[in-house]
Amino acid sequence: MGPLSGWLKIAHRTAANTSMSVAPVPANATSGDWELASFAPLSSRRLLVLGGIGLILVGMIFGDIFAVFILHQNASRVGTSLAAAAHAALAGNSPAVLVYFQNVGGFLENRGTKVDTHVHMIGFGYLALMLAVLQPWVAFSQVAKKAVAWVFLVGAGVLPIGVFLIHYVGLAYSPLKTIGWASIFADFGGLLVLLSTGVFLVGLCRHRQASRTVVSDTLLADRSAAGRMLLAGGLALVLLGFLHGAYYAAVNLYEHEAQDYSLLSQMSSGAAAADLASVDRALAGYGQLQGEKAVNIAAHAHSIEFGLLAMLLGFFQPYVSLNGTWKRSWAAMLLLGSVLLPVFVLLELQYGLLAGGVADLGGLLVIIALLAMWIGVLRYTGSLDAPRTGIEHRGVAR
Amino acid sequence: MSEARRLLVLGGIALALWGMSYGLWYAVFAEHQALNNIGGSLAAGFSAAAQRDSGAASAALSQYHEAKYIYDRQVDVHGHWIGLAMLLIILGIGFDRVAFSKRSQFLLALGLFLGAVIFPLGVLLQTVSHGPGPRAVAIAGSAMIIASLAGSVWGFARSGTSA
Repeated sequence: MGPLSGWLKIAHRTAANTSMSVAPVPANATSGDWELASFAPLSSRRLLVLGGIGLILVGMIFGDIFAVFILHQNASRVGTSLAAAAHAALAGNSPAVLVYFQNVGGFLENRGTKVDTHVHMIGFGYLALMLAVLQPWVAFSQVAKKAVAWVFLVGAGVLPIGVFLIHYVGLAYSPLKTIGWASIFADFGGLLVLLSTGVFLVGLCRHRQASRTVVSDTLLADRSAAGRMLLAGGLALVLLGFLHGAYYAAVNLYEHEAQDYSLLSQMSSGAAAADLASVDRALAGYGQLQGEKAVNIAAHAHSIEFGLLAMLLGFFQPYVSLNGTWKRSWAAMLLLGSVLLPVFVLLELQYGLLAGGVADLGGLLVIIALLAMWIGVLRYTGSLDAPRTGIEHRGVAR
Repeated sequence: MSEARRLLVLGGIALALWGMSYGLWYAVFAEHQALNNIGGSLAAGFSAAAQRDSGAASAALSQYHEAKYIYDRQVDVHGHWIGLAMLLIILGIGFDRVAFSKRSQFLLALGLFLGAVIFPLGVLLQTVSHGPGPRAVAIAGSAMIIASLAGSVWGFARSGTSA
């Protein structure tokens, strides 16, 4: 708890120095001054916006590479090893069974850590964007907020990298029996994120308790077409994802869990009874079942995550320095990709690789649109940072 | 900041912290043991089948079934608490656009917050009891979220048409 208490002390001291003023901008400041104050070079908000979108982009590209080059091959290896284990049991070869299951464990760990890397990187990116929106209400000085934002981003980078390395580092040189160095670093990254988010929460509470200052923030005042499109589309995606998840939980979840157990039992009892046909039937059913579970969970998760992303990006449209037509186009592309991916993931069971290809294309559309918006934000930072000449040089953002 | 927005933003961040703390605790103290239990019991089941010991195979697979049931829910709880927390924060940021009275906004926010807490809690309670109680809690929580979310969508839509 040493670092946390240190941050809290800094935050307390600096907040006291600024008399809890939320944004130290003169009363006669122009809207440009407000924007510069809230999005100054290496300010906490700018760090969190650029870092957050960067994390989401890297996480999505990693996910796409994983889906195309690793996921299906890995699933195939898991299926092959499971079949080999069942056939080894059928042949009465107990040592071979254990070897094949060790292989299954290794493949599942490989898959699990890749999925966790993808999910945590994107999740932390979302959290960074949310915290960026809330920065004007965090009652600490800019120096303290910037330091906490750095801690957050370092933790958000360390956790997924650590998780990714778990499969490769294993327990080498580890002081613990079950947890390796990569896991320890991943957990440390998680702790940094946890502490920095907690400090931001303290800042929000302090603002509420100590100040009734009305915060003016251009981000929340925006009602542009692209922003409204992303907010409405995002909310619709979240609602659809929830409805799909509720339907899956009510209709399929318990049935799938029961099938999982009964098929494995059928494999095992078939092997004990030396019934090859029964084992092979159970293996085929088990593969089909895993596919059904995977596509339903992926469609549910991606629909909600893309919905959240669209809503978040809707708030940041004032920072996307592109003209209105381009902003609407990128918003439309992001929403199109966000619909295509979950819908065609669901159709993969009926239409196989064709649907899988369209789903991957959907993911690519989201990545391209997100990259375009990220570049738009970079352009905006450039226009803010350029020497102020008295000419309204931020017109490009309007 | 209105009461509804405050509840969603502060409640959302608190819930995210809770979900992360739960995930950190789970990763450090429980996950590796759970995975070892799942893998070990599955391998033991097939190994017993290879030795033509149906009873031991069945017992090991039952152990696998129970361990997998608990593991799936514990991971789901972590993901859903944090995911719902993020939804609360995002909705909180833009909740003034929901074109209802302050009281209706607060009731919607309360429904979202309580649902976000209760739904994963019901899922977690299923690891303790397989009875209908925890399922009912989870269903009630998810129904609160869906109903409040649908109300929020309606409010956003009203805001769009009245703008």
